Amino acid sequence: MNRIYLDHNATTPVDPAVLEAMLPYLRDAYGNASSVHELGRAAREAVEKARAQVARLLGAEPREIVFTSGGTEADNQAIRGVLELARTPEGRPGHVVTSAIEHPAVLNTCQYVAKRGHAATYLAVDTTGRVKLAEVAPAFTPETVLVSVMLANNEIGTLQPVREVARLAHEKGIPVHTDAVQALGRVPVDVDDLGVDLLTISSHKIYGPKGTGALYVRRGTRIAPLLHGGHHENRRRAGTENVPGIVGFGRACELAGERLAEVAAHEARLRDRLQQGILARVPHVQVNGHLTERLPNTLNVGFMFVEGEGLLMNLDLEGIAVSTGSACSSGDLKPSHVLLALGLDHAAAHGTLRFSLGRSNTEVEIDATIDAVARVVERVRAMSPMYHDFRKQQQAEAASHA
Amino acid sequence: MQPYSERVMDHIRNPRNIGEIENADGVGEVGNPVCGDMMRLYIKVDGDRIVDAKFQTFGCGAAIAVSSMLTELVIGKTIDEALRISNRAVAEALDGLPPVKMHCSALGEDALRAAIRDHLSKKGFQPCVCGEVDCPHRHECEERAQARDHARQTEAAREAAQAAARESG
Repeated sequence: MNRIYLDHNATTPVDPAVLEAMLPYLRDAYGNASSVHELGRAAREAVEKARAQVARLLGAEPREIVFTSGGTEADNQAIRGVLELARTPEGRPGHVVTSAIEHPAVLNTCQYVAKRGHAATYLAVDTTGRVKLAEVAPAFTPETVLVSVMLANNEIGTLQPVREVARLAHEKGIPVHTDAVQALGRVPVDVDDLGVDLLTISSHKIYGPKGTGALYVRRGTRIAPLLHGGHHENRRRAGTENVPGIVGFGRACELAGERLAEVAAHEARLRDRLQQGILARVPHVQVNGHLTERLPNTLNVGFMFVEGEGLLMNLDLEGIAVSTGSACSSGDLKPSHVLLALGLDHAAAHGTLRFSLGRSNTEVEIDATIDAVARVVERVRAMSPMYHDFRKQQQAEAASHA
Repeated sequence: MQPYSERVMDHIRNPRNIGEIENADGVGEVGNPVCGDMMRLYIKVDGDRIVDAKFQTFGCGAAIAVSSMLTELVIGKTIDEALRISNRAVAEALDGLPPVKMHCSALGEDALRAAIRDHLSKKGFQPCVCGEVDCPHRHECEERAQARDHARQTEAAREAAQAAARESG
C-alpha cells in the first residue's frame, strides 16, 4: 500500500541531504564540542556553522541562537527564564500574557508559572483563531514581564498578528516571545521584521532530526537558564551539544531558506485543491481557522455527525495519515482547546480532521485523499445515529412539503 | 495512547450489523455527542432470545469496534444470557482495549442494558435499570446508573456553560 503522509505538522521526514550532513558526526567526528583537541575543535566548528545557518534563516546573529533539545524546551526556557528574573526586590510576582490557543508547551508552562506564584492571562481569539488586538494592551499590568503569542497555530494554521502584538508590548517595554515552530519553513520568519525578543523553533518540523531545536534570544534580553551545569551555549544552556542533531538542524534551515517560496506555493496549491475537493464532494463540512491568514500547508475541516478518531482510523486503513482535534485521540477525553477557543461546540470539535501537507506531496496523492475522505465520511456517517436522525428529519420535511 | 489490537482494527475496517432495525423490540441509546460518544443499539427478540441486533454509533474507533462486537455477542443469546455480558467481556472479545478507551466498552454494556430494559418495558414488565426484571438491588443499580449519567452529563453542562459565557461575552 502506498502511504500518503498528510501529518507534517506532527513531524516531517528527515531530508536525505540533512542525513548526509549528519552522518560524519555519528561516525568518526564524534568529538565533544567543548574539548580542546582536534576532534573537539571539529565538532565546535560544525556547531558554529550550524548556528550561523539557523541565524541566517531567522535574520538573527549567530550568538543570539541557543540550541535546545527541541521546541518544548525552548518554550519552557523562554517563559520560565524570563519569569524567574521577574521578581522585583520587593518580591512581587511577574505576569505573562499569552493566547488561549497556544501549543501545550507554552500553555502548560504558563499554567506552571502561574501555580508558582506568578500570574497569566490568556487572550481570547476570534472565530478564525486570531488574537483580538484590541484586547492585547488592556491585558498588560505593571507586573507584565512577557508576552508570548505563537506565530502560526499547529492545528488550524491561523497566523497571528505577532508584529502588531510586539509593537503594543514594546510600547510598554515588555519583551515578546513567539513560538514559531509551525511557521518556520512555511512562511518567512524574520526576528527583526516581527520585532520579537525570543523565538522558538524546532528541527523536526522542517525535515531535520528530532531532539533538536533552538531559542532565539535577542541581544540584551535577560533570561535565567533552565538547565544548570557546564558553560555550554554561552552559559545559557548546560549540557554537551547534540552535535549531529545540531548539524542536521543547520542544514535543514539552510534548505528551508532556499526552498521556502517554491515549497509554500506548492503546498498552497495542493492544500487549496484538497479543500475545494472536499467541499465539493462531502456535504455538511466546514473549514476551521482563517481562510487567508493561514499556513500554506494546513487544512482543518469539521465533518458534521461523525467523530474524528473514527474517521482517522478509517483513513489510516486506507494508508492516509492525518490527525484529529477529537478528544478520543488525546487520552484526556477533552476535544482540542484550540477548536473550543474558536467557539466550536464539543460535538463539532470532536468531528475534525487536520490535513498538513509537505513538500513531497503530489497532486495524485491529494486526489486520492479526496476520494478516500468522501468514501470514509460516507461510511462512518452510515453508522452515525445523529446522521440517521438528520436524514429522517429531512425526509419527513420533504414529505410534508410534497 | 496504546495502539488498538488487530481485532479492534478489523471491526473498525469492517463493522458488523450497522443500521436500524425497523420495529425493533428494544432500543437502547446512551452517551452524548458532546462527550464524543453516542451509541444506539436495536434488538429483535423472539420469545426470550435475541435474534437480531444492529447499532448506530457516533464515536472513536474503539466505540465503533465495541458496538460491532456487542452485536455479534448478543445475537443468539437469551435475554438472561445477554444481561450477563459485561463491559470487560466485550473488551476481552476485542483482545483488549487501550486503558483510556475502557469507557467505550462501558458505554456498550449500558446500551445493551438500556435496549433490554426497553424491550421488557414494552412487554409490560418494570425492569430494573440494570435490565433484570427481578433484580434484588434496584436501589444500588439506580444509584450506579445515575452516577454514570452524571459523569457523562457534567461534561455536557460544562460545555453549555462555556457556550453561554461566550454568548454573553
